[in-house]
Amino acid sequence: MIGQIAFILVLLITGGIAFKKYSTLRRNILLGKDEEISGDTGERIKNVVLIAFGQKKMFKRFIPALFHFFIYAAFMLTQIELIEIMIDGIFGTHRFFRNGLGGFYTFLISFIEILSVLALVATFIFLARRNLLKTPRLHMDEMSGWPKLDANLILIGELILVTCIFTMNGTDEVMHRNAGQGSYGFAISSGLGPAIFGGMSSGTLHVLERVGWWGHILMVFGFILYLPFSKHLHILLAFPNVFYSKLTSRGEMKNMPSIMNEVKSMMGLVEEDPNANQGEMEELPKFGANDIFDLSWKNILDAYTCTECGRCSSVCPANITGKKLSPRKIMMDVRDRAEEIGNNLDTNNLECVKEDKKEGTTKLTPDIYDDGKTLFDYISNEELHACTTCNACVEACPVTIDPLDIILQLRRHEILDLAAGPSDWTPMFTAIENGGAVWQMSDDRDKWTKE
Amino acid sequence: MSDLKKLKIDTMADFSARGEEPEILFWVGCAGSFDARAQKVSVAFVKILNEVGINFAILGNEESCTGDPARRAGNEFVFQMTALQNIETLNMYKVKKIVTACPHCFNTLKNEYPALGGNYDVIHHTQLLQELINDGRIKMKEGGVFKGKRITYHDSCYLGRVNGVYEAPRKVLEQLDSELVEMKRCKTNGLCCGAGGAQMFKEDEPGDKRINIERIEEAMEVNPDIVAVNCPFCLTMMTDGVKAKEKQEDVMVYDLAELIVQNNGI
Repeated sequence: MIGQIAFILVLLITGGIAFKKYSTLRRNILLGKDEEISGDTGERIKNVVLIAFGQKKMFKRFIPALFHFFIYAAFMLTQIELIEIMIDGIFGTHRFFRNGLGGFYTFLISFIEILSVLALVATFIFLARRNLLKTPRLHMDEMSGWPKLDANLILIGELILVTCIFTMNGTDEVMHRNAGQGSYGFAISSGLGPAIFGGMSSGTLHVLERVGWWGHILMVFGFILYLPFSKHLHILLAFPNVFYSKLTSRGEMKNMPSIMNEVKSMMGLVEEDPNANQGEMEELPKFGANDIFDLSWKNILDAYTCTECGRCSSVCPANITGKKLSPRKIMMDVRDRAEEIGNNLDTNNLECVKEDKKEGTTKLTPDIYDDGKTLFDYISNEELHACTTCNACVEACPVTIDPLDIILQLRRHEILDLAAGPSDWTPMFTAIENGGAVWQMSDDRDKWTKE
Repeated sequence: MSDLKKLKIDTMADFSARGEEPEILFWVGCAGSFDARAQKVSVAFVKILNEVGINFAILGNEESCTGDPARRAGNEFVFQMTALQNIETLNMYKVKKIVTACPHCFNTLKNEYPALGGNYDVIHHTQLLQELINDGRIKMKEGGVFKGKRITYHDSCYLGRVNGVYEAPRKVLEQLDSELVEMKRCKTNGLCCGAGGAQMFKEDEPGDKRINIERIEEAMEVNPDIVAVNCPFCLTMMTDGVKAKEKQEDVMVYDLAELIVQNNGI
């Protein structure tokens, strides 16, 4: 009974904190601009099935994909066991599904046990790869400090989790046998349990079984609360992120209708727009993006979905040749900036109210936010200028993140709003504007046909 | 280029004056028009078009930059100005089908002009070349100059990864009596030449190496006699890479159209 009350309390507290934390996360993502999601829902669902559930893009690199798949499959199937733990925890039952499912239950738990062993192997390999093998893409500059610790913490958590599962099942197996009820017949624990816990007293066994059971579920609850602070959000966000990924051609940059219409009217091409500004001076429009608020919510969802695997940066031609650009860092910067703004909003930091709105304002809201910083405090011009728009990062991402879209929006801001950018580009712009060619040419365009 | 005299290159204005319409518009692009090396590709492609008797036109002096580098640099104003101008011209001539030898022009015409009111059926010249071979309109001579040569194909980003065209150029190359060898990074994993995203028009950012050097080193690993490309900017970048490695005696960089012309002695 005490156990049940404790469990329900822990469950409620976890649920409460999780609700608050995930609401904040949602709020942060929606700090971005609205973006219309159009296109075939069927195709979106197909993408979710193939890319998110099926991990199709992961398998471009087979070995890491295989080990990742072990952990993923174990994680997915363990959800069934978790439902049972919930029911047992709340109602004080023991292995609630066993009676109803019979032989299938034995199969199911055996399957989970086998996957857990595979996941354990994968976890050791991933720990070794991160800390001993020094795989280059896991050791770039942006990975020092928290990102590295974050990755290791999750792997260690995984080890503890699997240990708890086998402690739980192993001791339970021994107790089951000691009670004269024979073996559960689970694939791993029916052998492993007696081998490790065989000679222990019933009191010790009982305590260990509870330690395993509680350890398991507390790790899971802890994991849920830890996720919003971690790169491991991908286990949840990969699905919506793939669903909302653009279906139109990669080659199409978002059109800017405001500029198109202005140029059209300059060229005398425009039909009268009945909604055009009626005499009122509109606020000077802002072009491109220099902060979270100008990006779309999908860009920010991309950033929170990023697992920092670095496949993007490892194929980036700029990064490979020693330039400062790393697409992964772009994603991490966007997420960190969204977090920074989110924290200021949560703590109602009135320092961050726009100068001209400070007087009398008691609540900080996104529309009056100004902390004197922008995304350009995180991402340097040098990084943006190094991009060849080759789409290798877009192609490489297993969860269809688009770093290029963000890079190009920042470039637009730099050129259109700040009138900055590499000076080398100015002659090219001028040449196109004045002569219709990328180079300043004195020859006719069709001279090559006549020589 | 005395043999240009023999080539038939009419402009849309010529066709229009005669009250005729061409089958297809050849979009030459800035590089194809002005860059000395890329001009040779334009000529080679025109030779093929003439040889198979395709009724084509160019825009000539009415063509402007598609705006790709300006847009990718971030300058939407310049992009819109040149793009809308082009669309005006193309729509005035009621152009329906366009072929271009530049994957950047190809991408912009195909994927970006529709949002601005320009809707055309756009193909890359390697796709047209494959079609012509398939239809038997180009018959490759056997035992041509490429017999026994090793050719490696460099995927341009904007034809390959961006528009998913990997097979057409390879099918064309397979028709040459030569050995097609793939680089380690090819198709979806192909490495950029370093020119895209308006990099062609600026100095590199500080780094350890130029991207075209990284790419040409990779090409060298398969010991090619020829590096085949489908893009005028890749052509420049790969040629510069070969020169930097002082291999210009051993390794040639050609566009696919040039290879067909050489093979068939057109």
